Amino acid sequence: MKNNLGREIFEQSKPYIRSDAFEQEKRRLIAKKTTDESVVFLKSLSEAIDKAGLKDGMTISFHHHLRNGDLVINMVCDAIKKKNIRNITIAASSLFPNHSPLVEYIKDGTITGIVTNYINGPISKVIAEGYLKNPLIMDTHGGRARAIESGDLAIDVAFIATPAVDKDGNGTGKFGPSACGTLGYVIPDLLYAKKTVLVTDYLTDSIVEPELDYHYVDYVCTVEKIGDSEGIVSGTTKITRDPVGRKIARDTVKILESLDLIKEGFSMQTGAGGISLAVVEYVKRIMIQKEIKARFASGGITGQYVDMLEMGLVQNLYDVQCFDLKAARSYRENRHHIGISASKYGNPFEENIVVNDLDFVILGATEVDLDFNVNVTTDSLGTIIGGSGGHADTAHGAKVTIIVTNLLKARLPIIKEKVTCVTTPGEDIDIVVTERGIAINPKRTDLIEILSKTKLPIMPINELMNIAHNIAGIPKKLEINNRPVGYVRYRDGSVIDTLYSVK
Amino acid sequence: MHRSYLFIPGNNPAMLQNADIFGADAVIFDLEDAVSITEKDSARQLLKAYFETLSNPGFSIYVRINALTSSLGVIDISMVMNEIIEGIVLPKATVQDIKMLSKLLDTFESARRIKKKTVIIPIIETAKAVFEIGQIAQLPRVSALLLGAEDLTRDMEIERTKNGLEIQYPRAKIAFACKAFEIEAIDTPFTDVTDEEGLEADTLFAKSMGMNAKSAIHPNQLETINRLFTPTDAQITEALRVVKADKEAQKVHRGVFSLDGKMIDKPVVERAEKLLEKARHYGLLGDTDEK
Repeated sequence: MKNNLGREIFEQSKPYIRSDAFEQEKRRLIAKKTTDESVVFLKSLSEAIDKAGLKDGMTISFHHHLRNGDLVINMVCDAIKKKNIRNITIAASSLFPNHSPLVEYIKDGTITGIVTNYINGPISKVIAEGYLKNPLIMDTHGGRARAIESGDLAIDVAFIATPAVDKDGNGTGKFGPSACGTLGYVIPDLLYAKKTVLVTDYLTDSIVEPELDYHYVDYVCTVEKIGDSEGIVSGTTKITRDPVGRKIARDTVKILESLDLIKEGFSMQTGAGGISLAVVEYVKRIMIQKEIKARFASGGITGQYVDMLEMGLVQNLYDVQCFDLKAARSYRENRHHIGISASKYGNPFEENIVVNDLDFVILGATEVDLDFNVNVTTDSLGTIIGGSGGHADTAHGAKVTIIVTNLLKARLPIIKEKVTCVTTPGEDIDIVVTERGIAINPKRTDLIEILSKTKLPIMPINELMNIAHNIAGIPKKLEINNRPVGYVRYRDGSVIDTLYSVK
Repeated sequence: MHRSYLFIPGNNPAMLQNADIFGADAVIFDLEDAVSITEKDSARQLLKAYFETLSNPGFSIYVRINALTSSLGVIDISMVMNEIIEGIVLPKATVQDIKMLSKLLDTFESARRIKKKTVIIPIIETAKAVFEIGQIAQLPRVSALLLGAEDLTRDMEIERTKNGLEIQYPRAKIAFACKAFEIEAIDTPFTDVTDEEGLEADTLFAKSMGMNAKSAIHPNQLETINRLFTPTDAQITEALRVVKADKEAQKVHRGVFSLDGKMIDKPVVERAEKLLEKARHYGLLGDTDEK
């Protein structure tokens, strides 16, 4: 069975049609679960698992705000293993290399399903080798919120790593030894999971304006340590010093200027990759020079955006996750640094979501194809190395979506006839900027008209591919192993592509 | 007319592959200091192959050979000499070495049927060369002088500093000699590649002394160098006004006239014309400006 992009998908799954197909659908909401009973404070995860009634075949959820410093997922899975509970589905908003202990639990059948938005590290390897019993499901950040509220992703128990909890059971990410800032991704879990356990290493008397309201909390479990807040710093939050990356960033900013997108009251989002950060640096210089103030910046927030907020260059930051400790500190101290839920960020069925208010978004790619489809889920050999995160959400919402990427990475052409995996559909990608040329999606005639009058090296995307081929040669076609191991779910719940085992 | 000269090690394939995207007006492919003695052969082979496959590179190509006082310099030329090369950058240059190199180039150009005259950019990096600047600048084939402050200060046994007070004299001498003999004055590289503010200050200072280009040792330095050696919009607007006002004045046979209360005479008009020539070269004049 094929979807509208011509990608093979699992039989009887909902095929992807168009990025705006959700507009024809009605929002589905399961009942929010609140509890009038007092929150019960527990001393061990073993006790929390028992009290929450966790059994074989259930789904448990986690967030990734502690990123590569998170200890909770491993601790909970260790406790589950000790109780010999099996066939568990892990619904974690992301999984990182520090979650490698889960590899053994996947192999021994403790964990048989994973639903996530991003995987980086050893877990993706065992999935690619076919060890995960049920198909891996990869969502977008907004799509995960949709899946949870609609019941498509039914969570039995949410284990929420919470840096600080008060005596009533309210929680926040602002304080405590493992403070990580906003807890935006976990709000849908809090509201809709059948049972909720806050896992914390810091109890305090009272929390003013908690992100996690005790009305939705069943248990609080104290442990010695929930994570290492230093680990929340992403490895990709440094501005590139690579001259090729800087050239791409400079050309991107020329595009933004030519399209008059850097003007009073504009809004933007950028990824945390080195090129995106260089773009922000150049945009910042222009804003200072021309005395321009942005209305907001959103997404994963870095210290760079905090600097802009504190310099008065940005009015508000809408933060769904803090990428570094400077952002976490700012979220705690600055009222204009505003936490938002994953739903408010990118759920297609939520009203007035932040991504729909973006003037432009700068995103990365591991591959782009001649139809402008973008892959950020796998590498060119099909190995899972990431996932959408907010890629597909912001690409659909922003007025202008720009992909920044080297034309060649390690001698591999990044522009391909067909991407190995579609994460974000080409219809939502407007411009692809590489060091050797810029391609504009033919459907954006408005952008072509303006940018073709500039001196920027605009060319058809197949010409970009040919340039890459002339330098590096035409790559040998990947022999796809036709054994599916999972699928990529578009933000509306349809299936946009299939993930295969790697030979 | 160049604003920037980027040094790229001759043995670095990744940088060679991307040489055309960095934005340098000229690239100096280095076979000297950036290439260790054990890498010289492979660097020559790499450059030879690179030049043979290159077409319409969009920047001027130079090669820094090893000094002619060693046998390496001659081997360098014999290996890489190619029509696509604009010139040879000669380290530790002296009048005698430049004359020798010129003869060598005569021989190779003739043997390889290279039609164009390969130019020479001597690096002024010894006290002796500073002493000979006036003569060097006049020699045939010499198209520019490049200050090599690191080796020069070592030769002088003086400390090399960021503010560059110790190289004011050679900077000024190069600038004057180049102006006198109508060749390019290329400033020494700024070696702290992470200090953007320092690079900006150093480039502005060199420019104020009469240097009209600067060498770079990292592609990230090019943005600053190119920007500072490019006429600004305000300068172009002002120059256009001066030239336009001069044309009006000539109609009524006036050699000197007033613009915004300032006296404009021939030197001011010539300066404006030179600036516009530079702006035209870098594609900064629109059709309206040209009219």
